[in-house]
Amino acid sequence: MLESRAEVRPYWEKPIPEDEEHAHQLEHFREEDLLLDAIPPSESSAIILNSMKSTGLGFWMAAGFTGALVALLMGTWGLQIFSGLGITGLNRSVMWGPYIANLVFFIGIGHAGTFISAALRLMHMDFRRPISRAAETVTLFGLAAAGLFPLIHVGRVWKIFYMFPIPDERRLWPNFRSPLLWDATAITTYILGSTLFMYAGLLPDLAMARDHTTGWRHQLYKALALGWRGSLGEWLRLEKLANILSYVIIPVMFSVHTIVAYDFAMAVQPGWHSTIFGPFFIAGALFSGVAAVIMVLIILRKTMRLGYFLREQHFNSLGIFLMLLSIIWGYFYFNEWIVTWYGNLSAEQAILNMLTGQLSPLFYLMLVCNVAIPLGGLWSRRVRTSMPAMFVICLAVQIGMYLERILIVPGFLSRNELPFNWVNYTPHLPEILITLGTFGLLSFLYILWTRIIPIVPLWEVHEGQAFQSTRRVGRGLFTTHTDMH
Amino acid sequence: MAETNEHGHKWTMIVDLDKCNGCNACVVACHAENNVPIASEEEVIRGRGNHWIRIERYWEGEYPDVQARFIPVFCQQCGSAPCEPVCPTYASYHSTEQNLNVQVYNRCVGTRYCGNNCPYKVRFFNWWTPEWDSPLNEQLNPDVTVRSAGVMEKCTFCIQRIRRAENDATADGRELRDGDVQPACAQACPSRALVFGDLYDPESQVSERLPAERQFKLLENLGTEPAVYYLKGEDTHVGE
Ligand code: SF4
Ligand code: SF4
Repeated sequence: MLESRAEVRPYWEKPIPEDEEHAHQLEHFREEDLLLDAIPPSESSAIILNSMKSTGLGFWMAAGFTGALVALLMGTWGLQIFSGLGITGLNRSVMWGPYIANLVFFIGIGHAGTFISAALRLMHMDFRRPISRAAETVTLFGLAAAGLFPLIHVGRVWKIFYMFPIPDERRLWPNFRSPLLWDATAITTYILGSTLFMYAGLLPDLAMARDHTTGWRHQLYKALALGWRGSLGEWLRLEKLANILSYVIIPVMFSVHTIVAYDFAMAVQPGWHSTIFGPFFIAGALFSGVAAVIMVLIILRKTMRLGYFLREQHFNSLGIFLMLLSIIWGYFYFNEWIVTWYGNLSAEQAILNMLTGQLSPLFYLMLVCNVAIPLGGLWSRRVRTSMPAMFVICLAVQIGMYLERILIVPGFLSRNELPFNWVNYTPHLPEILITLGTFGLLSFLYILWTRIIPIVPLWEVHEGQAFQSTRRVGRGLFTTHTDMH
Repeated sequence: MAETNEHGHKWTMIVDLDKCNGCNACVVACHAENNVPIASEEEVIRGRGNHWIRIERYWEGEYPDVQARFIPVFCQQCGSAPCEPVCPTYASYHSTEQNLNVQVYNRCVGTRYCGNNCPYKVRFFNWWTPEWDSPLNEQLNPDVTVRSAGVMEKCTFCIQRIRRAENDATADGRELRDGDVQPACAQACPSRALVFGDLYDPESQVSERLPAERQFKLLENLGTEPAVYYLKGEDTHVGE
């Protein structure tokens, strides 16, 4: 009995093939694939725990800079509340501007987290294992940043509770015919759902951190880990919960950006009233979201020394996905405009004319950033696995997708049915500061978060490593995968 | 073209484009009656002009054969108003009794969705707390709320006058008569280009003049069912 147990090796001790050629191949595999390159869990935990405690000069500078941006955001917003929305560049035709564009943008980058951790999980895509939490964090803080904008945008934020379904003596309810209410409902559901999803996945790692720390960290993780012990029953329940939540959260994710698109598509504004806006917005959201996740991963890998977990293979897979999304986005954009151009309705034509006239620099820059640069670069594996190149491409995608939102919101609004009301829009300083401040807020929260929460889901990596192995077939060595189910 | 009438009114305006000469008297009258804030020159250049009724001027033709066209545009009191369903708080809602689109200022949170969705662009947002230069600040109309910063506003067909006429009629124990209600713009128009009345009242001026051969509605193709009828203008050659 004792002897047979001794034969069961832990998963991180994979036998080294005697055949030299095979040993060489295995070495190559281990370099390429995280899941084949298992090291003892205590070592991988140590990498994460050390990275969480690394608060050098760079960290404080980054935190200080982004913190200053947050202060700028709050200060400008306070000034705007005090003096009125007149300090923005909005006018009587362009009533929505960068604030709404920001809302769409930040909700958009929140889509990749759910997609990467829930959809790829259900599809058994193993490359998502080490990156899912970093992606979910983008979702969480993307939504938090987006959630500010309805508040920043409205004229009387102190009356915002009129939009909430609060029972009152006059039986006045919010108007559920308004897409804004659908929006609020969908976003709230999404925030709650994705937070729950993230938290469930965090439990084993919080418990790991609890067992390896002392002091305030220990107390914090002890409280957050909810007494996770790692018994078989707990693992099975976690597995079940994660599966259920994955199935639930994916339709919610699709609904959120569809409904954000409905804010525009349901209006009679020419250029907005389009049946394609729902799927088009989802494609754009995933596109900018995946690009944001890649950028975050590059920064994490560099500054937190996570090279063991985040490897070329992950950037390669994400790069292919990004290229696919660029094609999908371009397809929708082409569709949208070719149909409008051919339809030749006068008001919509005015918008098209503007795109090639007054707004043409933004329009062409957007196309370059969203289609030319990603498609031109991402087809090559060399580019996909080069960190600086990927960073530049993803930055281009962010710029392109932001421009897309700006063109759709204040851009299209400046042309409407009666030419007498055509007013061009230029952003004013407060709008620019608030937008910059929100990027600062997102980064600030993210930077703090990485020092408190294990940013790589260790248990997912360990699980993957335990089920991944190699097998000899003839002269070749192949990777095999045991499916847990 | 009196429509059947159980109760309530269908307040209607006829705008005879042949008679409008673009004098802007209606605009001034409206500002005075409804406490409409006055935007500074700078603000107007920034596209923040605020007039519940405005005269849109379009030029037709090439010099020297140029025609000026004036179209007074104000809230069309749409029967199926795009500004209403999009408002999350019911600040923009439909009064079924008056057949008017009503704006409840103190319910408005200022999402400005209604403004985007109004194809006529006749809804205005208070970007700043309104101020009037002296002595205008001494002659605000006490029957009309002064709106605060952060809310939307628009033409109401002078609902305060409609209400007063209704109350007067009730006090006298009689029905409302045609001509009892005159919005400020129609009252001020020197050329009688604006005619106001109840389309449910078969005796009213609007009922008698409609349907007219020259009638059309602005952006009728959008299906907003405006309560404002425009009568096409003949050619008015400038300089002839
Ligand atoms: S004209 Fe504009 S503001 Fe007036 S009812 Fe119609 S949509 Fe609403
Ligand atoms: S007052 Fe009468 S004539 Fe003068 S601009 Fe107004 S509608 Fe035209």
